[in-house]
Amino acid sequence: MTNEATILNSTQSDQLKAEQLKAARQARYSPGQSAHQFSLYLYPLLALALLLLVNVLLDPQFFSLQWQDGRLYGPLIDIVNRSAPVALLAIGMSLVIATGGIDLSVGAVMAICGAVCANLLVLGDWSIPAVIGLAVLTGLACGLVNGFMVSYLGIQPIVATLVLMVAGRGVAQLLNQGQIVTFQNPDFAALGSGSFLGLPVPVWLVLLALLIMQLLLKRTALGLFIEAVGCNAKASRYLGIDDRGIKLTVYLLAGGCAALAGIIATADIQGSDANNAGLWLELDAILAVVIGGAALTGGRFSLPRAVIGVLIIQALSTTIVVSGLPAKFNLLIKALVILLVLMLQSELFRNQLKALFSFNKLRGGKA
Amino acid sequence: MSRTYLPLWITFALVLLMFGAGASQFDGFASLRVVTNLISDNAFLLVTALGMTLVILSGGIDLSVGSVIALSGVAAALLIGPYQWHPLVAFAVILPCAALFGAGMGALIQYYQLQPFIVTLAGMFLARGVATLLSEESVAIEHPFYDAVAEFGLELPDGGWLGATSLLTIALVLLMLVLTHYSRFGSYVYALGGNSQSAQLMGVPVARTTILLYASSSMLAAMAGIIFSFYTYSGYALSAVGVELDAIAAVVIGGTLLTGGSGFIIGTVLGVLLMGLIQTYINFDGSLSSWWSKIVIGGLLFFFIALQKLLSKQWQSKAGGKA
Repeated sequence: MTNEATILNSTQSDQLKAEQLKAARQARYSPGQSAHQFSLYLYPLLALALLLLVNVLLDPQFFSLQWQDGRLYGPLIDIVNRSAPVALLAIGMSLVIATGGIDLSVGAVMAICGAVCANLLVLGDWSIPAVIGLAVLTGLACGLVNGFMVSYLGIQPIVATLVLMVAGRGVAQLLNQGQIVTFQNPDFAALGSGSFLGLPVPVWLVLLALLIMQLLLKRTALGLFIEAVGCNAKASRYLGIDDRGIKLTVYLLAGGCAALAGIIATADIQGSDANNAGLWLELDAILAVVIGGAALTGGRFSLPRAVIGVLIIQALSTTIVVSGLPAKFNLLIKALVILLVLMLQSELFRNQLKALFSFNKLRGGKA
Repeated sequence: MSRTYLPLWITFALVLLMFGAGASQFDGFASLRVVTNLISDNAFLLVTALGMTLVILSGGIDLSVGSVIALSGVAAALLIGPYQWHPLVAFAVILPCAALFGAGMGALIQYYQLQPFIVTLAGMFLARGVATLLSEESVAIEHPFYDAVAEFGLELPDGGWLGATSLLTIALVLLMLVLTHYSRFGSYVYALGGNSQSAQLMGVPVARTTILLYASSSMLAAMAGIIFSFYTYSGYALSAVGVELDAIAAVVIGGTLLTGGSGFIIGTVLGVLLMGLIQTYINFDGSLSSWWSKIVIGGLLFFFIALQKLLSKQWQSKAGGKA
């Protein structure tokens, strides 16, 4: 090949170069994706489809959509709408987990940002964009604290974010002085319960966040750097990647996403409850990211799959309600389904299942 | 002072510092009563954290312990109350069941190569779900055995009192100390946490150790649930929420690395004592409202971890310079 290349004349070698360049461009590494994309999407989507199928069997009206007062209504819209806060958390959490970290504080950050919104709205002389801006800034500041502890102080992520998880709820209670702060502001409430072009506003916010993040990851080198740091932080530092800066960035983004989730949750109930806002939602977000096939050890992630994971969790809750079982079964069923979804991701289990089915076929054939 | 024991000494120094700070500010802080109360108030957390240490040493994590505490408490209360079992018989059934539960999680982690964080998170939902299913309301325990246990204890001078549960906790600490540092199983755990692949190559029975590990963590959590039931005289499905995070924090403050392979049981004991001391200090102060205590605990958690990090880094760079 090299011999051939040397005897080519200049125009031919130019052509060759152009072709190589084109091939290289097409083969460009795209972060958050892999060669066996299809199978990575297959199992989460299969699980979601299965859950929706169960729902339809339980309730034939499940897929029905109604157009009323300029917006769509229906069980499906309900699921998507209720998923919004956790979906936002999961988007941020995906990035953190991709670097091999974890963020336990997002629920508490939601509570803080909610408290900031509610208190500013009660004061009254703040415009809504300013309130939103300040809440997002608060979230970013929380992310900065987490990121600083993880990347520059070298504290293990679970512990570093545990600090804010414990202290954050205290800060939110301090802001609210231990009360549930409620406000009357239809414009702000629309962020949680309003609609735009037929779909609920929270859904649009999730789509917007997903779009911006995806662009940020795919059209800049950020996604590649995040995966590199997640695979091997030391090696990527030797390559010249600012691994500390990348880690700081993902915690910042997670804080920003948590702030948006907090805004939605606060707008939805038109008040801020420091004790319960976002309580244990960090676990749901982590779960969603893992159901979406990300590795907790870092390096492998996908935002759309994490959002599918959130939809699975929310669809499951709806299924339990639709099935008419008493509420006390909720956690148990959730645990069992999650175990099943996790098992389906294990290759060994899938092979065992296959072996089981082929064994049955074999026996059937003999009989 | 070798580098291995450094985090341990730092935590020990911080415990002394915290105790000194309390003793210098409040009358009656430096008494045996405070110390024994510290043990009995934190007995269930300490027992849970012992199991957590083992799991973290192996490089894993167990998020299900808080729910297992609640589940074993509810199960004990139901068996003793409505079903009229003798408490000891109930415990004899509950503890092996908990071990089986932990072994199940260990098996999933080992054989299906699932991540411990997620498997035990599912275990957390499962145990809490079963507990809620058993009873949604708090179940009170009334039994002569519980009264007898409550009266049993060692009277110490200076108002100190070591109750039966405290004595049991101390015995468990000693047992775990021997098991972790002076038994074959203990060295297997350290080997796993260091590098599971090399452990396998060295002939460590990785599967058996992993399963045993999670089984003992769940069993210790169930033990903690029983101790908790002696403390509250009841079982409630929503009790002990978030205890797993306290236990993890205690283990980490005690100097055990979350990545596994390095740490000590005694460090965890110190970690629990330190967290308990912070709480005692806040109680003694009395002027802090509930949200301030959360913020202070968070702040102190950060302070201790950062200090530990800083000191050990300084020490290491000094030692490196000398060598």
